[in-house]
Amino acid sequence: MIVFTLNGTPQQFDVDPDMPLLWTIRDVAGLTGTKYGCGMALCGACTVHLDGKAVRACVMPVSAAQGKSVTTIEGLDSRVAKAVQDAWEKLDVVQCGYCQSGQIMSAVDLLERNTTPTDEDINAAMAGNICRCHTYVRIRAAIMEAAGTLQSEESPA
Amino acid sequence: MNRHDDITLSRRRFLVTTMAAGAGLTLGIHLPVCAGESRRLPEAGPGKAGGDAVVPADFEPNAFVRITPDNRVTVIAKHLEMGQGSYTGLATLVAEELDAAWAQIDVQGAPADASRYNNLLWGKFQGTGGSSAIANSYEQMRRAGATARQMLVAAAARQWQVPEQEISVRGGVVIHTDGGRRASFGELAELAAKEPVPEEVFLKEPGEFRLIGTRVPRKDSHAKVNGTAVFTQDIKLPGMLTAVVAHPPRFGARVKSFDAGKAKHVAGVTEVVRIPNGVAVLGRDFWSAKQGRDVLQVEWDESAAYKSDSSAILAQYRALAEQPGMVARSEGDASQALKSAATVVKASVAFPYLAHAALEPMDCVMQLSKDGVEIWNGEQFQTGDQQAVAEVFALDPAKVKINMLYAGGSFGRRANPASDYLVETAHIVKAIDGRAPVKLVWTREDDMRAGYYRPMFYHELEAGLDADGKPVAWSHRLVGQSIAIGSPFEGALIKDGVDVSSVEGASTLPYAIPNIRVDLHSPKLPVPVQWWRSVGSTHTAYAVETFIDQLAEAAGRDPVEFRRSLLAGHPRHLGVLQLAARKAGWGTPMTAGRGRGIAVHESFNTFVAQVAEVTVQANQRFSVDRVVIAVDCGVAVNPDVIRAQMEGGMGFGLSAALGSEITLDKGQVVQSNFHDYVVLRIDQMPRVEVHIVNSAQPPTGVGEPATPVIAPAVANALFSVTGQRFDRLPLKITA
Repeated sequence: MIVFTLNGTPQQFDVDPDMPLLWTIRDVAGLTGTKYGCGMALCGACTVHLDGKAVRACVMPVSAAQGKSVTTIEGLDSRVAKAVQDAWEKLDVVQCGYCQSGQIMSAVDLLERNTTPTDEDINAAMAGNICRCHTYVRIRAAIMEAAGTLQSEESPA
Repeated sequence: MNRHDDITLSRRRFLVTTMAAGAGLTLGIHLPVCAGESRRLPEAGPGKAGGDAVVPADFEPNAFVRITPDNRVTVIAKHLEMGQGSYTGLATLVAEELDAAWAQIDVQGAPADASRYNNLLWGKFQGTGGSSAIANSYEQMRRAGATARQMLVAAAARQWQVPEQEISVRGGVVIHTDGGRRASFGELAELAAKEPVPEEVFLKEPGEFRLIGTRVPRKDSHAKVNGTAVFTQDIKLPGMLTAVVAHPPRFGARVKSFDAGKAKHVAGVTEVVRIPNGVAVLGRDFWSAKQGRDVLQVEWDESAAYKSDSSAILAQYRALAEQPGMVARSEGDASQALKSAATVVKASVAFPYLAHAALEPMDCVMQLSKDGVEIWNGEQFQTGDQQAVAEVFALDPAKVKINMLYAGGSFGRRANPASDYLVETAHIVKAIDGRAPVKLVWTREDDMRAGYYRPMFYHELEAGLDADGKPVAWSHRLVGQSIAIGSPFEGALIKDGVDVSSVEGASTLPYAIPNIRVDLHSPKLPVPVQWWRSVGSTHTAYAVETFIDQLAEAAGRDPVEFRRSLLAGHPRHLGVLQLAARKAGWGTPMTAGRGRGIAVHESFNTFVAQVAEVTVQANQRFSVDRVVIAVDCGVAVNPDVIRAQMEGGMGFGLSAALGSEITLDKGQVVQSNFHDYVVLRIDQMPRVEVHIVNSAQPPTGVGEPATPVIAPAVANALFSVTGQRFDRLPLKITA
């Protein structure tokens, strides 16, 4: 039995400990916002937060989540997450949308650590997330937009 | 006279206008279909829009609009939303003429029905492709909105006992201009449904547009940023099994035998079944089915398998190119003019197979019941797929119901002429006698290796310049598999033996050259091929636009000025060429190691020019730093969606130009996942500027036309720095 906190709620999963976290989330817990894209941690569509840090759920055995806290796109509710999702919507970043849960999870992780990212910081944090619609121009702009929102919240006039 | 009357009088009578303008519009030839439709369906009624939600109080004036008492307007989208913005664009057209509030609009995918939802450019076939969604729907969807509006106005007039002329509609509210009475669409829905459907409707003049031409937010953004958007991959039905298939290792191989023993011992695996194209392992979830497949033992009969290499195919193509092919275009006498030319320039270029590699690998959910078959999928070819699945079950196609979902990319892949992955799902469902709904999931490796690629192509070009550097002859030979031959589209796409989708962009060479010959060889190979975002232009734009650059160089002329001198008969090419050049600062000096290149190309009646700026490093690596794009797509229905498609479409082409190729080694596909099928990541994405030509021409598509232009623009930029031309893609600078 694997026990971890999923989007704030402790849950038990009677699954093969080697089952990737991704498939536990999708097929067992029924949360489908996290996507399968490659199964080899090459595309980032499966990105979730494990104890607040972005990880690729498609190659992480569910046993690695034992006793930890997993957040998926459905469970995002932080100030940073709101800034990111609002910016994504404001700039109409999405096209097909399939990669965007993963993009947003990676962007939130970046901005949780660094609210003044440079282009290089964005490249480093986001290069693991493929977008086949190539929305990269807007992903970059939306991260900058969200960073601006967070900075203005942090330094009230 | 009140203001509404002014608007009414300035509105065109739809029928009159289309008959007058019809000859110049693609729409004209399809009017009989529209007219027939309205004759068959003269009344509004529940179930008319979409077909499933039959609620008596709903107002459904036609197949595309449903207004419910809760004041929601549902637009039924006949085209797939695969990222290109079709749902937003189609809804914009309806909302414009309906004078609805954008916030009250929802969009729903249409069921498969060629009589109501056919692509007007494709005859009786429902499908999305060729960048045609807005082009074919521009008047149809506006008319749908205008019809609903007119009936709402009629209902209000009857209810309020006032003349229709005193009623206006603004932002989803019907208003009696003089008396101040107001009603929402929802309040009028039930009454409007009782009004007769008008035979004539009035469409706005462009000057009256409130939504068209503005940045209307995407309808799918919210659901796609919070994880609630539903893709095929996300469907879970009661009792559903997930299927993972062992496909043949080579094209043309077949199952000889298999041993399911080990697979059946994997926890969660429920069945292992043979299907025509392999062996399917079914399980309670993806992981169990995948683990079952990993230990499945299949012996393949490879007696008929294709076992060639990419290099052997290229050698075969080069040999073919020594012989004349089928003529796609012939003007003057190119071979004679080449003989007498002062200067002769030659080039050849080879293009690899390319996978679409949509981020959602191919998948499909299917359920068999006593009523027929139900499918959940993001479909590019609804009625083709419906027919193909019906054939597997020997059913009437009307018994195959398709629930349209978002597609996680497609780029052409979900428009498979053989309905390959749907037919595969159908065979699995059939093999288990339909006792459970099935979700087929291809792994990334399956998706990469199951075929249906942009065909490999080889081009040879030869041109002659006269003593003044003016081009006098152009000869272009193409060798590559036809997508259309053997497909249901053979009749429509093959003209005098030539697959127009193989030569589009080459046979349509816009440059004024007196002697032109374009010919084609279409060798038949067992490697499955398919349209890939911008189809023939994916290779022809590169060949033409790098070769014209080479001619400019040979003539000692500036690449922009040289093109301009040959484009007098093509003002829209010329317009985007000059706009892109100007916005990019063409001609201004660049620092050492940096350079600019330009390309211009028309595809699907949309004109795109791009200027690429590159930086070349000492180690032969290079970056594409900035791309300036000019586009002329007629009326810009949604400028922000157009910008997004220019950015993304260009990026898709840049991915292929810089790193992607599918190669065969003894018939086996070498690449399997994103480590060896290299696609663009954010750190390689250039800055992009998009400039849209202001145009009153009918709108044309934007999903594809940015894709083919970037590779030649980059290659020309690299030439300006390195002096190297490139005879194959992806682009690599040599030491």
